[in-house]
Amino acid sequence: MHLKSPDDLEQFRTRILEKRKAQDTKKRVVLCTGTGCRGAGALDVYDAFKKALGNKSDIEFKTTCCHGFCERGPITIIEPEGIFYQRVTPETVPQIIAETVKKDQMIEELLYQDPQTEEAIPAEKDIPFYKKQNRLVFGHNRLIDPTQIEDYLAVGGYQALVKALFSMSPEEIIAEVKSSGLRGRGGGGFPAGRKWESCSQAPGDVRYVICNCDEGDPGAYMDRSLMEGNPHRVLEGMIIGAYAIGAHEGYVYVRHEYPLAVENVGIAIEQAHKMGFLGENILGSGFDFDVTISKGGGAFVAGESTALMASIEGYVAEPRAKYIHTVESGLWDKPTNLNNVETWANVPVIIEKGAEWYSKIGTEGSKGTKIFSLVGKINNTGLIEVPMGMTLREIVYDIGGGIPDGKRFKAVQTGGPSGGCIPEEMLDLPVDFDALTEAGSMMGSGGMIVMDESTCMVDVAKYFTNFLKDESCGKCTSCRDGTLRMYEILDRITKGEGKEGDIELLEEIGWTTTEASLCALGGTAANPVLSTIRYFRDEYEAHIKDKRCPAGVCPALITYTIDAEACIACGKCKKECPTKAITGEKKVPHEIVQAKCIKCGTCKEVCPVDAVKVE
Amino acid sequence: MTGAQLEKILKKHDNQSSNILAILQDIQASENYLPRKTLEEVSQRLLVPLTQIYHLATFYRTFSLTPRGRHVVTVCTGTACHVKGAASILNNLERELKVQPGETTTNKEYTLETVNCLGSCALAPLVVIDGTYHGRMLGTTVLSMLKGEKKGASKKS
Repeated sequence: MHLKSPDDLEQFRTRILEKRKAQDTKKRVVLCTGTGCRGAGALDVYDAFKKALGNKSDIEFKTTCCHGFCERGPITIIEPEGIFYQRVTPETVPQIIAETVKKDQMIEELLYQDPQTEEAIPAEKDIPFYKKQNRLVFGHNRLIDPTQIEDYLAVGGYQALVKALFSMSPEEIIAEVKSSGLRGRGGGGFPAGRKWESCSQAPGDVRYVICNCDEGDPGAYMDRSLMEGNPHRVLEGMIIGAYAIGAHEGYVYVRHEYPLAVENVGIAIEQAHKMGFLGENILGSGFDFDVTISKGGGAFVAGESTALMASIEGYVAEPRAKYIHTVESGLWDKPTNLNNVETWANVPVIIEKGAEWYSKIGTEGSKGTKIFSLVGKINNTGLIEVPMGMTLREIVYDIGGGIPDGKRFKAVQTGGPSGGCIPEEMLDLPVDFDALTEAGSMMGSGGMIVMDESTCMVDVAKYFTNFLKDESCGKCTSCRDGTLRMYEILDRITKGEGKEGDIELLEEIGWTTTEASLCALGGTAANPVLSTIRYFRDEYEAHIKDKRCPAGVCPALITYTIDAEACIACGKCKKECPTKAITGEKKVPHEIVQAKCIKCGTCKEVCPVDAVKVE
Repeated sequence: MTGAQLEKILKKHDNQSSNILAILQDIQASENYLPRKTLEEVSQRLLVPLTQIYHLATFYRTFSLTPRGRHVVTVCTGTACHVKGAASILNNLERELKVQPGETTTNKEYTLETVNCLGSCALAPLVVIDGTYHGRMLGTTVLSMLKGEKKGASKKS
C-alpha cells in the first residue's frame, strides 16, 4: 500500500481505526519485550503465551517494547481493563489466560503492591511510579508494536508530517520549533530551532540530518527504548526536520550494543518506504527524503557530533575543533543538522499541538518533558518522563519509591560520566538544564544514578575518571593526560596512599582539563572529580588523612571481620572463601585470618545471618 | 574467511571505502575477530591503507585482532552495575579465569570482556554469557554458573 496523498493516509487510518473499534472491548494481552524485559525473561514468557493461545485464538496477543517500569519486568497488561501484571513467568501464563483473560479474575500475586500500604494495585495508571509522570513522548510505547506501522498510525502517527508538508512553510516550522523552546536532549541543551535555522541558511545545495542514537552514557537507555519501541515517531521528527532544513538525506547512527534498536528502526524505515513516508515525493508533496542506518563501533566519544560524523564517513571517531560549525560544514563538509533521538521524537508533538501548548510545560529556560533513566540504589528502577522542573525529591521518593533496604540516600549522579553528583541537601533542586549546570552537574542525556550510604564517592569519581581516560580519543593533551593523572591520584587515594595536597592538585588538573580541551567530553571530564570534591570533601579527607573509607568500599582501607556472637558457624563462608582465609569448625564461630584475606567480599555475600562486618 | 564470503560482504556495502566500518563489523560478526589476511585483502580491494584499517580496528571496542574464546563472558561495568557491585564480580572472574578483560584463556575456552552499559540497569549487576543475560548477579553465582551449575535469573535474549 503506497499512500500518495494526505487523503489516502486519512482513509487508511480510518479503516484501521474502524477495524480496531470493533475489537476495543475484547480481551487483549500486551507483553513488553523490550531489552529490559527480555533480560528478565520476556521471550520465554512470549513462547509460553504463544503456546497457550495457539494459532486460532480469538484473543489478541501483542508485543511492545519498553513501558519504563523495568524493575518489575517482564510486564504484561491485560486490556481493555489495563490490568498490570509484573514479573510474569512462563509458569504463570496458563493461569493468566484461564483466570484473568477468560474469567475476569485478578491474580493477586502478580499485581504490583504498594510498598507503603501493602495494597495491591490492579491498574497501571494508579501505580505511584506512573502517577506523577507526564508521558508526552514515551507514552505511546505501550500501545505500539514497533514492527507494525498500523499501530503508529492508529495513535495519530504521521499526522504532524501532513500538517508540516501541506500547511506550513519550512520557515514556519523552524519558527514553531524555535518558539517551543525545545532544547537538545542529548547533552548540550542547545536550542533545536536555532540549530535548524543556522543549518537551513548555510550556503550549499546538499544538506544532511542525523539522528544520534549512540547513547554511550552508562546508566542511560531512554534513546534505545524510544528507538526500539517507537521508531516511526523518531523518523517522523526527522522527516519534518529535513523538510524544514532542506535536506534530502538522513542518517541514523546507532550503537552496535543495541541490536534490537538497529533491527526495529530498520523495519520501520522499510515500512515507511513502502507506504510513502520516505523516498520520492512523500505523500504527493514533492518532497524527497531518505534515511540510512549507520552502526557504531563501541566508542563513547562517537556520540560527540563531529566524532559521529567522522565515524559515518568511515574514519575513527575523533572530534574536531568547534569553531567550524557542523551546521555549516559537517558530514562530508556539507551543512548538517544533528539531533538526538529524544529531541527528534519531540518534534511531531510540537508541530501537532503547537509551540504555545508545548511551551506551557516545563520551566522558564527548559520546556517540555525529559525522560530520565532512574537507576542504581533505588526501589523503582526504570525510565520515567516528567515535566522539566520537577524536584529531585519527587523523582527519587514519589516516583522512584526511595532507597532499598532502609538505607540512607547519599547522592544522585546526573549527566553520565561527565556529569556530577548532587548531594542530599540539594534534593529540592528543580531539575532542568540550567539548575543542574549551576549545581556543578549537567542534564546530559538523562541518566540518573542514585547512590546510598554504602556508595563511596571517591570510588565513584575514580570509576568515572577511569571510564573517561579509556574513552578519551587522545587528541588533546589536557584531556588525554588530565584524565590519566586524575585517575592515578584517585587510585592512590583509594589505596590508602593519598597525601596532603592531593585534593588541591585534583582541582588544578580538573580546571585545566575543563579549560583546554576541544570537545565537550574533555570540557566536562573533570565534573565527576570536581563535583564530588565540592560536596563530599570530607570523604576525600577521610581517605587521605585517616586512611578510612567511610562507605566501606575501597578494599585497601577496609577490613572484614566476623561477629562471633552473630555467627552461627554454618561453614558457608569458609567453603566459599577463595583464599581459605577463614578458620573455625562446626559450632565454633568463624574467624578471618587478615593476612590471607583479599577483601573480595564473598563471605559477606554468602553469610545467611549478616554476621560479616566491614569497617 | 573465504574469498567468496568476503566478496559477498564487500558487495553488500557497494565496495565503498566509506562503508569500511560496516564491512569490518560484518567480518568481525562472521569470524569473531579480524583476521590479518582478510584485512590485507580489504585494504587492497578498497584502496584503504592497512594502517588506516588498523587504526579503526584498534580504536573501536567491538573489534578484536585475535581470535576469541569459545565462550564470551561480558561483565557490564555501567554505572548502575558498578554501584551494585560489578567490580567484585569482575575481580572474581579475573581470579577464576586467570585473565584480564579483553584476554582469552590459554585453552581458548573463555574470553573475558567488559561493556560500558547494556541499558538493562534494572537487572544490575549484569553478566552476559554468550549473548544470554544473567541479571542480579553475585560474585559467587557467576562462578558457579561458569562451572555449569545454572543459578540466577538466566534468560535468553
